[in-house]
Amino acid sequence: MKIPLSWLNDYVKVTDLPIEALRQRLDLVGLEVGGLEVIGYPGARLPWDPDKILTAEVVSVQPHPNADRLVLAEVNYGGAENEIVVTGAPSLYAYRGESGLHLKVAFAWEGAELYDGHVEGWVKSRLKKSRIRGEPSRAMVCSEKELGLSEAAEDIIYLPDSTPVGVPLVEVLGDYVLDFDIKGPFGHLQSVYGIAREIGALYDRPLRQNPLGAIERLNLKAAAEAEFVDLEIADPDLCPRYTATMVRDVEVKPSPLWMQLRLQRAGMRPITNVVDITNYVMWELGQPLHAFDYGIVSPRPGSSQPAIIVRRAAPGEKMTTLDEEKRVFDNDMLLITDGEGPVGIGGVMGGLDSEVDDETRHVLLEAANFAFLNIRRTSQQLKLHTEASSRFGKRVDPELALPAAARAAELLQELANAAIDPVVIDHYPGKPETHTIDYDPQLADRILGIEIPHDEQTRILRALEFGVEPEGATWRITVPSYRLDARLPIDLVEEVARVYGYERFPGTVIDEELPPLRRNRPLEDEEHMRDLLVGLGLDEVITYSLISPEDELRLAPDPERPLAWPGDSVELQNPLSPERSRMRRTLLPGALRTAWSNLRYLDRIAIFEIGRIHFASGEPDLARAETGVAEPRHLSMLVTGMRRPLWWEKGEAGLEQMDYLDLKGIVDTLLESLDLEDNVTWERGHHPTFHPGRCAVVSYGDQELGALGELHPLVREAFGLPDQPVLVLEWDLELLLDAAAASAKYIGTLSPYAPVHEDLALVVDEKTPAVTVRRSLLEAGSPLVQAVTLFDVYRGEQVGEGKKSLAFALSYQAPDRSLSERDVSKLRARLIKAVEQELGAKLRGA
Amino acid sequence: MSAFAELEQVHEAALADLKTALTTQALDAWEDRYLGRKGEITLQARQVGQMAREDRPAFGRRVNEIKQLLEQAHASRLEVLRHSELTERLEAEAIDVTLPGRPVVRGHLHLTTQTLRELYDIFAKMGFEVYEAPDVELEAYNFDLLNIPQYHPARDMWDTFWVEGGDQQRGNRRLLRTHTSPGQIRAMRERYPEPLRVILPGKCYRYEQITVRSEHQFYQVEGLAVGPRITMTDLIGTMTEFSHLFYGRDRRVRVRSSYFPFTEPSVELDTECILCDGEGCAVCKYTGWLEIAGAGMVHPIVLANGGYDPDVWSGFAFGAGVERPAMQKFGVEDIRLFYGNDLRFLRQF
Repeated sequence: MKIPLSWLNDYVKVTDLPIEALRQRLDLVGLEVGGLEVIGYPGARLPWDPDKILTAEVVSVQPHPNADRLVLAEVNYGGAENEIVVTGAPSLYAYRGESGLHLKVAFAWEGAELYDGHVEGWVKSRLKKSRIRGEPSRAMVCSEKELGLSEAAEDIIYLPDSTPVGVPLVEVLGDYVLDFDIKGPFGHLQSVYGIAREIGALYDRPLRQNPLGAIERLNLKAAAEAEFVDLEIADPDLCPRYTATMVRDVEVKPSPLWMQLRLQRAGMRPITNVVDITNYVMWELGQPLHAFDYGIVSPRPGSSQPAIIVRRAAPGEKMTTLDEEKRVFDNDMLLITDGEGPVGIGGVMGGLDSEVDDETRHVLLEAANFAFLNIRRTSQQLKLHTEASSRFGKRVDPELALPAAARAAELLQELANAAIDPVVIDHYPGKPETHTIDYDPQLADRILGIEIPHDEQTRILRALEFGVEPEGATWRITVPSYRLDARLPIDLVEEVARVYGYERFPGTVIDEELPPLRRNRPLEDEEHMRDLLVGLGLDEVITYSLISPEDELRLAPDPERPLAWPGDSVELQNPLSPERSRMRRTLLPGALRTAWSNLRYLDRIAIFEIGRIHFASGEPDLARAETGVAEPRHLSMLVTGMRRPLWWEKGEAGLEQMDYLDLKGIVDTLLESLDLEDNVTWERGHHPTFHPGRCAVVSYGDQELGALGELHPLVREAFGLPDQPVLVLEWDLELLLDAAAASAKYIGTLSPYAPVHEDLALVVDEKTPAVTVRRSLLEAGSPLVQAVTLFDVYRGEQVGEGKKSLAFALSYQAPDRSLSERDVSKLRARLIKAVEQELGAKLRGA
Repeated sequence: MSAFAELEQVHEAALADLKTALTTQALDAWEDRYLGRKGEITLQARQVGQMAREDRPAFGRRVNEIKQLLEQAHASRLEVLRHSELTERLEAEAIDVTLPGRPVVRGHLHLTTQTLRELYDIFAKMGFEVYEAPDVELEAYNFDLLNIPQYHPARDMWDTFWVEGGDQQRGNRRLLRTHTSPGQIRAMRERYPEPLRVILPGKCYRYEQITVRSEHQFYQVEGLAVGPRITMTDLIGTMTEFSHLFYGRDRRVRVRSSYFPFTEPSVELDTECILCDGEGCAVCKYTGWLEIAGAGMVHPIVLANGGYDPDVWSGFAFGAGVERPAMQKFGVEDIRLFYGNDLRFLRQF
């Protein structure tokens, strides 16, 4: 909310405070100033040179001898002699030939920097001495645009008649506009007067004008009834108060300059005096007002008295609002209606038909109060957010309605020559009790950790207009009606703390026993896993949890073979876009999209992600704190591209691209790091996302950890990836970590005796997995066989069709002796017999 | 010529020859020629049998003498030659030691992970344990139990993604958590009546268009301390310590009054801008200060919702960003770089 400092200064003296110091103080106390606009003063986009831009007075206007559209204005700028200024201002043109004038204007000497009024946009230029159609010119009278006040460039700006002549313009029109960014639902801070009240308390300064006193100044009386309108609040639960003020014979015209400037600086567009005054009072006091064209307000059937009925809408009832949108209402929306139908949505927006315009003669002024949650609901349902609904939605003090109506009436009388009926209709069914709080000032000490003296607490609370009876252990505090946020003792602690000033608080170390210490093993294990994977050369990525349903489909290219999900997906009601409408049930789309975007720049990608997936697992149940969504952690990996970065020595030709065994190697090492290498089972997998012949599934016991392999070429194409092997893995990290935790590390005795090494080449069926042969050798040779390492795979004529030869390097060792020739030959025979019987393997060459 | 003279002649010739042996091969040939089994000295020694008996001892001594002298000369010559040959070979083996080494591929932790770990470590020093809560939350946990009822204006502070389906009854409605604060209720309800010191990290989601400055997905770290005597000055002390450890020992911290529905009093904590040292720059929007956390004393209603009697217990809570401090530290200007996962970006950390 933008507030000009000059406006604040009406109620509390602030212009003597250095602006930066004021701003910082306000920031610290919770009145955050998000932005500061400087007008005219140094630091402004266009500072007004106090020596060259002055207030002045046009005293006569003569025709220009050589130009029809121009005139020569004689200007008194406070100098010894008047200055003749050439100008094309249309309003001065109208004074041609007149003298004895007293038109107050903004005057600029040569050398002054101004905006160029004749070009689009904001272009600065320095005023130069020149001749205009033969007449010398070394000064000018300025338009709003030239001064940077508004875009109005057609005519010059006129200052109030009371403006002194020859003073720097910046002293008259210069200003600072504070843009407050106040968090929280504080209706009492949504106004100039509300902020002034806070500043008064902070600086211990008295408030000096009372905009709330217009009732007395106009001598108005509130009454339940008056002739001018028949008022009824049919639904008092949604409308605690409604006042109607009769304003007769308004003269609809533009507002005076000072009001226009204030509204502009506050970010509003001046329209006419009547509309401007309702806006002005809303800004000044925080009470939204609405002006109805009285001539339009219809009586009830059979009556001649215009009527206003505040009631819930009938379901489906319709009205066109001021913004020319046709609105349809439900039964929980509150309407302002007349004898015929709706004329406004209470607290949100008026109807188009009852709008005040140039033809309006009498105005019925509404100042009301509405149930704030209902206003917010209506506003959200209708997607209609206005200054009024925003203020009501932050809670407006119902006590404010009548003083605000009177304040607007006062301004209408002054600026629109209106006559105000002495009786204001005031229906106030929801008048709240005065709120009191029993407050133990020691609560502040307990919560804040410092002792704020009790008389200081009293001073602060009183400065904020709280009533304080500081007697006994528990004080009775009376809450001002506008402090709708202050209900609990703790709320008073905050008031005391912030005005006392947090800069006076020391920092302390928590002086308490530590809670029982616990480790977070799942997180520790997860972080350990990250370290292992980084050590294996993979880069960590974190992708979006929200994905596109299309991407899930892309993972299953064969419609006959959809993916098996652990549960239904979690879908958003209000996604940003279809691409981000579903919580992921797999990490693969994130990995594939990351590969795609990076392959534009990189020829080698090796990444992993550890993150949650999400799927429906049941019904939400608040009582059991159950969300009905399972969120297990998953692990994904993706490698593709060059086996190693570009280097000056050539690698083995034909093996430059990473393939399945690169990923497998990473996984083997990972499993070894987790002591799982001999405890998991590898099998050929049949996951639809993978190349059917290059997919493995890894299990621990009967738990499937997940799949890995080369991406199916159709999936690769669906994700726009180039024609090269893309190797991916997705495992359930919870299962993997559980397996690692369950798999005890076994440290055998280290034998001091030299091992015996020998190689065995075994011919097996093509279909027999290498891992099976290895396992068979290990089992048959236990405990003497220490290591079985595959070092060659051979296919060809020598071993025959449909067969392959697997060559293993074995090492034998006993803990207690050197193995003899006899031991070794017995062991070898046992191994060969075992693989022959179990797998039909033959010793190669035998 | 006498046998003695002949012996001396062979001796001299051998010494002269030795000087011409410039390689170890030549030296080996010299050794064969003079000292080998058929070498000239050996042949000389064999002549002893044909000599006069009285000459034999002297001749034999001389032969042995000469043999020893030649062996010594050979050994020292061999040493010299080996040394110079090794020097030569090593010189020939020289390579360009500035060539790029054989590449070793190294992985990188995501910048978010690195920042989270830093936060875990700092708060672990102060006794805070990491507590994790779900991403998909119940409305009641994300809002109502945190003193933010439906339609309450405070809800405007969070633009929310709502989840389809399930039980759409109030409180049971589901959403993507807009902050890590729902974990406060979960931690309190699980741990009551123990005192509590936890941090709650996690992914949060807001209905916001993705721009240079805003993301619909981001991380937060929430902190919560509950005990019989936890105070605002404890909060200030804890966050000042955090700021000193994270941003630097010499940076001042300031506390501003603020508003959050789940804390009362509420504050925001700033640290002096790390880029301009408080002078004012684009990163701190010319204020000289960077916001490090929103915080406050846990609202009595929230404490009660967590099971702790607000007349007996008190607590503080704070919420800090994860990406923002990392951006400030490294001068990253575009938050989209975090979850856009451009590896050229991520590999710099």
